[in-house]
This record gives sequence, C-alpha cells and structure tokens, in this order.
Amino acid sequence: MEVLKIATAGSVDDGKSTLIGRLLYDTKSLTDDKLEAIEKTSKQKGYDYLDFSLVTDGLVAEREQGITIDVAHIYFSTPNKSYIIADTPGHLEYTRNMVTGASTSQAAIILIDARKGVIDQTNRHFFINNLLRIKEVIVAINKMDLVDFSEERYQEIKSDFEELMGKRDYQDQKITFIPVSALKGDNVVNPSTNMPWYKGQTLLEHFEALDKDDVYNIGTPRFPVQYVIRPKTEEFHDFRGFAGKVYGGELSVGDEVVVLPSMTRSKIKEIYFYDKKYQTATRRSSVTITLEDEVNVSRGDMLVKVGDLPTIDKQFTATVSWMDSQNLSLGNKYVLQHGVNKVLAKVENIHHKIKPDYSGVDTEVSGLAMNDIAQVTFRLNKPIFYDTFKEHRTNGSFILIDNQTNNTAGVGFIE
Amino acid sequence: MSIIESDLDTVIDVEQSKVHGALRNNDLENEAIYIFREVAAQFERPVLLFSGGKDSITLVRLAQKAFYPAKIPFPLMHIDTGHNFPETIAFRDKLVKELDLELIVRNVQDSIDQGKVVEESGKYASRNTLQTTTLLDAIEEFKFDACIGGARRDEEKARAKERIFSVRDDFGQWDEKNQRPEVFDMLNGQIELGQNVRVFPISNWTELDVWSYIQKESIEIPSIYFAHKRKVFLRDGFIWSAEDDVVFRAEDELVEERIVRFRTVGDMSCTAAVLSDADTIEKVVGEIRESKISERGARIDDKRSEAAMEKRKQQGYF
Repeated sequence: MEVLKIATAGSVDDGKSTLIGRLLYDTKSLTDDKLEAIEKTSKQKGYDYLDFSLVTDGLVAEREQGITIDVAHIYFSTPNKSYIIADTPGHLEYTRNMVTGASTSQAAIILIDARKGVIDQTNRHFFINNLLRIKEVIVAINKMDLVDFSEERYQEIKSDFEELMGKRDYQDQKITFIPVSALKGDNVVNPSTNMPWYKGQTLLEHFEALDKDDVYNIGTPRFPVQYVIRPKTEEFHDFRGFAGKVYGGELSVGDEVVVLPSMTRSKIKEIYFYDKKYQTATRRSSVTITLEDEVNVSRGDMLVKVGDLPTIDKQFTATVSWMDSQNLSLGNKYVLQHGVNKVLAKVENIHHKIKPDYSGVDTEVSGLAMNDIAQVTFRLNKPIFYDTFKEHRTNGSFILIDNQTNNTAGVGFIE
Repeated sequence: MSIIESDLDTVIDVEQSKVHGALRNNDLENEAIYIFREVAAQFERPVLLFSGGKDSITLVRLAQKAFYPAKIPFPLMHIDTGHNFPETIAFRDKLVKELDLELIVRNVQDSIDQGKVVEESGKYASRNTLQTTTLLDAIEEFKFDACIGGARRDEEKARAKERIFSVRDDFGQWDEKNQRPEVFDMLNGQIELGQNVRVFPISNWTELDVWSYIQKESIEIPSIYFAHKRKVFLRDGFIWSAEDDVVFRAEDELVEERIVRFRTVGDMSCTAAVLSDADTIEKVVGEIRESKISERGARIDDKRSEAAMEKRKQQGYF
C-alpha cells in the first residue's frame, strides 16, 4: 500500500475546496457526521448544492473570510492507495505556504477556472511546482459546466498553458490535462457524460495508476546521521548504532562507506530496523546502521558510498524562497539547516530576483521580502556535504533559521 | 484500506544469522521514527504525553523502534483527570513496568484542590478542559522543552493545520497564524527558554492506520476498546457509561446493559461508547474500515461548538 501526497493550489474562487470535497464525497470518504454538518451549514447559507468548502476550511478566521489561509492536510483512501492532500492557498501573499505544501508532495494539481483561463496565478503555481521538481502535475480545467463543456475552450486553455511549459526549467515534469466540473462531479472520480470528447482518465483514475517509481525522484544513497544509539547495557555493551533515514538510494550490509566530514572509510556491518537485522535498507527507511570499524560519528555527519561523494564546500549558490516578515539582506547571518546538520551562513550575494509575474528576473536587488524567490550565494562557517537540488531533492535543499526569532525564515534549493 | 502492510520482504530470511532481506518501506512508520529521533537529538528534556489511549500506546511502540536497542530516552507523563477508565490506569501501570519506563503522573484533582481550576458542574460536566492547567504546570515544573503527543491531523479540522513541531509560547499557547513552515522533512526545533514544542509523530496517520498498525504489530491495548458488557444510559443519541459516578446521570435517564466498546478513550465524562460486537482486533479493524461515523463524532467535548477544538488548542490543550 502506498501513500501519495498531492499538493493543491488554486485561487480563492477556482473551486479548489469544492474539488477536494468532491473527491472525498465520490470516494465515500466523508463520514455521516461530517456530511451532516456540511448539509446543515449549506442549508443555513441557503445554497441549493452542498458547500464542500467546509471540508477544508478549518480555522475560524477562514470560515469568516471564506478563504484558506494555511496548509491543511486532508486524508482519504481507496482500496489500493492512501492519499494525503496538502491544501495550499493560491492568493499572492502566500507563496510560502505553496512551497511548503509542495516540498513534501509527489504530485500536484493546478486548478484553472475554465471561464478565466490561464492567469498570473496559474503561472505562479506552475513555476513553484516546477521549481520544487514535483514529478506529476495535473492541470485540472475546472468549471467546465460554466463553459457548456466546450472542447474548444478546453483546447484553448491547454495551448495557453503549453506556452508556459516551454519556459520551465524542469523539462521532465509530467503534465496531464483533465477537464472537470468539481461542482457537478465530471471527471473527478467518475467519468463525465457531458464531455464525450474527452477520452482520458479521470483525476482519481490518474492518481490510482501512478506507482512509486513514477512519483519519487531517485538519486544516490545519502545517510545523514540523526542520532547515535549507545545502549550501554550488558547485552549491547559496545554497540554504537547510527540512526537515520536513507535518502535517494539503497544501502546494504558490506557496502564500503565514507563518513563525512572526517572522510574515514569503513564498511556497513549491520542494518537494524527495530530488533531485526536486514541485508538492505531501501530508500526512505528509518534504520540504525553499525560499522565494521570504530569510527567517530556524530549527529550531522553523513554516510555515503565510496566513490559517490557529494560536493563538500563552504560556499554555494541556491534559489531561495523567502518566508519571513523580516527581509533577507546582503550580509545577514542565519542558521542554515541542511537535513539534520546545522551551520552558520552569511548572505554573500543576491544575484537576481524572480519577477512577481514570473515574466523574468530583476537584477537590481537589495533584499528579499516574504514570498520573494531569488538566487543567493551563501558562505558558511564550515563545509556541508551537498548535492544540487536537481540531483537530489533531499540533499540539495536546506532551511534558513533566524537566530533572533528562531523562525524558519526561508528554504533553499542548491544549484 | 490502510497503508500499513508488512515491511518485511520475505525473499531472503537467513534464519541462522537472523538477517532478513530488503527492508520494505512503510512511509508513516519511517516518518514517525525519524521524528522521534529528531526530538531526542534537538531537545534537552522531552516527554511523551501518555493518556493510555491507543494513539499514545502506538507512540510508545514507535519510540521503542526509534531507539532500539537502547531504552526510550525520555519519560512518559500522564495528566490524570481522576476520571479515567480504571482499565486504562491498570493498563498504563502494566506497560510502564514491562518496558521499564519512567512515568510521571500529575493530577487534575490537585489543581482543583489548589484552587487553580474550578470543577464544572451540571449535566455535561467534564474535566477535559481543566487538564490544560495541570499540563502547563507540569511542563513548567519539569522544564520540559518538547512534549510528544498522539494527535493526528485527520481527527479534527483545527488539527489538520497543526505542524509536526508546533511551538508554544511561555503561556502554552498556540498561535495558528504564526506557525513555522515545515519543508521537506527538516524540523526546526529552535526555541527560547520557557517555550516548548508540541511534537506529533503520527500527524499523518489516520484512525485506520493506527488500528491496522496495532493489529500488525500485535500491540496490546486496554480492554475497553473491545466489545464488552457494560451498564450504560442514553443521552442526546450517545451511549454513556453508567458504571461509575463520574458521569452525571439524571433520574429519568435509565440504565441498561449493552454490548459496547469505546473507539476513543478520553475521560469517562466525555467519551461515548458505540454499540459493537467487535471483540477482537481483526473485528475492530473491520469495523473501522466500514465505519461511517468519524472518530471524534463520539467525543462530546468537540460538539460544544463549531470551533471547540481550535479554542482549546489556543489555550494550550494537547
């Protein structure tokens, strides 16, 4: 059984909540008491349809304003997959939430209102999904009922969107177009009878058909050490286990490894998962590894295979998405958290900023405000062991922490 | 269906050396273990908030897995309302003894006796909201900087927005508009002295995921989760336990004996039973799979108002 995490993005009126509500409703994932609450509130508001937006708009402030203001997680499952939807807002001031939702997702839905077509926000959603290298993107052209289920309109929007696609950096991203009506239920879970001209899969059919290799970025194995386990019991007197999660590839007993930053070489002796030993630890498994030799390893160190070293450097350039109300400026210092490793970082140079409408870049930049995305060079107080974000989604990303407020102020993708 | 499936590849199982083949992924379990290890590494004084319910029992198993062969490197703490099911308390003590864990208990009754909180009265009286004060006092007493809890995002609307590391200020309050973004799996646990972080390792699990895990791992849980004969009475469409005098019962509310079980185990005063003959874990999982009432539907404390949970969370609730 697999978990598929999907990021949704859309403007306030695109009907994103309705789409999610429709997915839950048609997969029979809404429980009676939730359904009852939706019916009750819809009736109170005087609607003659079910107001599914109540499924996702969790916080009081949002119910009052009728908009979604943060990342919310919605869960449903089918007999062969569990789904987590990271519902993120589409309005301008919340780029940071979209980046957050997309960072942990393997697929994304971009919603377009068929009446409005491709607008600035579509551009932004697409840019962010592409920047974060989401492998599967579904462009759901919604509200088809309001354009008479017109194939011509669908094709028009599709070719407008395809124009954006030419400009993208991550060309291997898979993009699928689906015409839907979330309100009426066309092509969300069940095929539409109103659009016989569309021969493709429904939204859910598409997700059901994906498998892990379709959605995960595969790289080389990286094992950042989270914690050193020393039981100091009689039975495990000399046990020194390195606890962590395997990213990118597999590690097996007998593999020759290098410990970074000490560059010490050793061999994997055992791989534990709880009280059992395994021959191989697969991607994303949280295991405990012991080594053949007595090697000094602590939190923040990394085990990699011999001959497969990442870049080890005190300086690099990255695309940064800024998430804090305090601006990032030249010369500022931050705590840089790269995986589980922390170092100090200084802003050396800000090269250019992506224009808010994504039409190009501004080269005259003094600092970054919240929701800005820019190319920045950092200098560190000690080297980190990184890959580019292109090569390795996990080992190529980091967060910046403001030492005054302790807030996570930004996220970076190493170039 | 649940995503919890066998994580063992049965291809190679060398019995002599007890080495298994490839470890297959269970994303949710891997994530929870990762979170536990981050807590142990990033904080000075973590504590696991233990209620005796299935979610916190699941947390204990996940913590064992995270640190094996070492012991769980932090204590458990139970905020005892005095209104717990006796079965839960007995179970708690047994578990702690078996796993040789450190248990801290703090009582809501003490907060009442000290005049810090006032007992609710009337038909719907519950100590559920009172425990916030006891919890915050205990956090201060022990200087805990990370409190691990079993909350899940699928439980309730306000919880769907909760972070995995959720920062609380010196007053234990949650500021839902100023939450730290959590990108990829990097967790930022940096805090000021006096603040603490609530940690939710099973944020992304659903109720069915928890039950399936309990089944797969053969985790022992308190007997009240299984169908049993119980003296109950009906009110507002809910089935209430009538075996203790904790729950207020009017004279015209008649006691009858029914076969019931509890889907969630909070206080006796705010946890309703469901009619069920599921007396084994297999039957319970089957029932949850078919179930059409969400878990918190049986929690009376959430029904008080549309925004009940959000309000309690802002004040420092679990």
